[in-house]
Amino acid sequence: MRLQNKRLFFFTLVAAYLSYTFFVYTSGTETAFKMSAAAQEGKKVFQDNNCIACHQLYGLGGYMGPDLTNVISSRGELYVRSFIENGTAKMPDFELNKPEVDALVAYLGYVDSSANFPNRSVELTWYGTVNNSTAE
Amino acid sequence: MIRTGRLFIITGITSLALALVFGALAAIQFIYPDFLPEIAFYKARPLHVSLAVAWIFSCGIGAVYNYLELNNLIRFRYLGLLHWLSFVVTGILIISSYFQGTFGGREYWEFPPVFSIPILASWILFGVVFFSSVIRVKNWPVYLWMWATGIVIFFVTFLEANLWIFDYFSNSVVRELTVQWKSYGSLVGSWNMLVYGAGLYVMEKISEDKSYAQSGIAFILYFVGLTNLFFNWAHHIYAVPSSGWIGTTAYIISMTELFIIGRIIWKWKNTLSTAKKFANRQAYLFILASDIWVFLNLALAILISIPAVNVYTHGTHVTVAHAMGSTIGINSMILVAFILHHFGWNNSGWVRVCFWIINLSLGVFWITLIGSGILKGAALMNGESFSAVMINLSAWFNLFMISGVFLAAGFLALLFHFLFEFLIDFPENLFRKTE
Repeated sequence: MRLQNKRLFFFTLVAAYLSYTFFVYTSGTETAFKMSAAAQEGKKVFQDNNCIACHQLYGLGGYMGPDLTNVISSRGELYVRSFIENGTAKMPDFELNKPEVDALVAYLGYVDSSANFPNRSVELTWYGTVNNSTAE
Repeated sequence: MIRTGRLFIITGITSLALALVFGALAAIQFIYPDFLPEIAFYKARPLHVSLAVAWIFSCGIGAVYNYLELNNLIRFRYLGLLHWLSFVVTGILIISSYFQGTFGGREYWEFPPVFSIPILASWILFGVVFFSSVIRVKNWPVYLWMWATGIVIFFVTFLEANLWIFDYFSNSVVRELTVQWKSYGSLVGSWNMLVYGAGLYVMEKISEDKSYAQSGIAFILYFVGLTNLFFNWAHHIYAVPSSGWIGTTAYIISMTELFIIGRIIWKWKNTLSTAKKFANRQAYLFILASDIWVFLNLALAILISIPAVNVYTHGTHVTVAHAMGSTIGINSMILVAFILHHFGWNNSGWVRVCFWIINLSLGVFWITLIGSGILKGAALMNGESFSAVMINLSAWFNLFMISGVFLAAGFLALLFHFLFEFLIDFPENLFRKTE
């Protein structure tokens, strides 16, 4: 392969990557779900305590505990608060204060409103894609 | 004159030893959560992951420096030493932050974001040393292209992984997670470029054939790899509600990997005859093992890139099998081959025993993860509760833990051998005579 062709392939790919990145940052990730100030605080609590080491959001994260994407709607806020405030045999009590617990619950509520995971009502196509339009 | 490449390799080996210890601890805690609560699972997991990543990066970087040093190309040697010093000091600070429970809370880069500054600064030093050294080389072999790409892309994607500190990204969980996994996917590709480049360099040295690294097929495979590095990451975020075209692009691009898998099958007979030719070289054994793991993990990666499959496997241990299979089966096999070849530690029955312990236990480990992942995915889709699923899969997890302990033991035995061999010629093997 000639050097000129190698450079052509390389810079074409780089240009395509930069354009693609721009669209991912803008139109590809625009969403109607805005995060409240309380949810933003909760996100910080979630990160500071490294919750992602054990839990998942949208199936991304650790495997020790359950996915938390829809924990608020499926289990209820009181159930979630009880877990956070007391810990369990598997989960340590992180000794969060009340504002931190409130913020964390607000963050989980925000995540809950954005998606269903796992989506059990999927329609599969013969060419391997998934139709997500069906609500659970 | 001290050899920067070997400093990085020794650092990498040390990181792997520690990663194995914390990995074994995390595996035990996965079944017995009360075990050693001072280093609970939420600390043990990032310790294991960060040290495993340090092993891959450190040895990949070491391979590049070794190439520059052995070919008398290296310039600004003192910047290389500064790079190493910065790597080690930052690493120690990150480990200390984990022990203290101070986190940034981002999966895989779980340290506070302030530590990204010295990492990026040291990477600039690496870039200066590399590009100023190789600029005089005419007609770059493919591994120089790969290393150059890996160095630049790591810098860009690591910056991208830190964009979450800006409100535009952090105020939308969809945007933040999408960009996070976009950067991670490409970042893994960047270290693969460093490691696969080292593998090709080792094969060139073992076979004494320089033609492959200049061949058209080597560059076609490099460009297929680069395309996947840029665009094939979104199978991680099919479940995140971002625009559909992001997932569709990844799905289409992932199918280009069929070309690589097809080529492995097509060249399998040649691989076997080469294996017979170099069977006495233990470095080649590890390269051959990495070839088999490439085949298996690529097949798995293609499968989980199909959205209709991914919907069942995402968030299960199938994903862990994909990650562990790639980092241990491919990256670590190539790096061990590089170390064996580079130091000339090629004639030990001990290494052969370790080779079989590692690969057989990794096989069980990998199959266990896939099996438990499939069952977990099916159970969760059927609406079973998380705790019920985990109890039902406990036999699988026990097997996972046992094979993981054997895997760690195999690697630790190999590292013990490395340490022994290294000390025999210490300190001569860390220094190079100046002409």
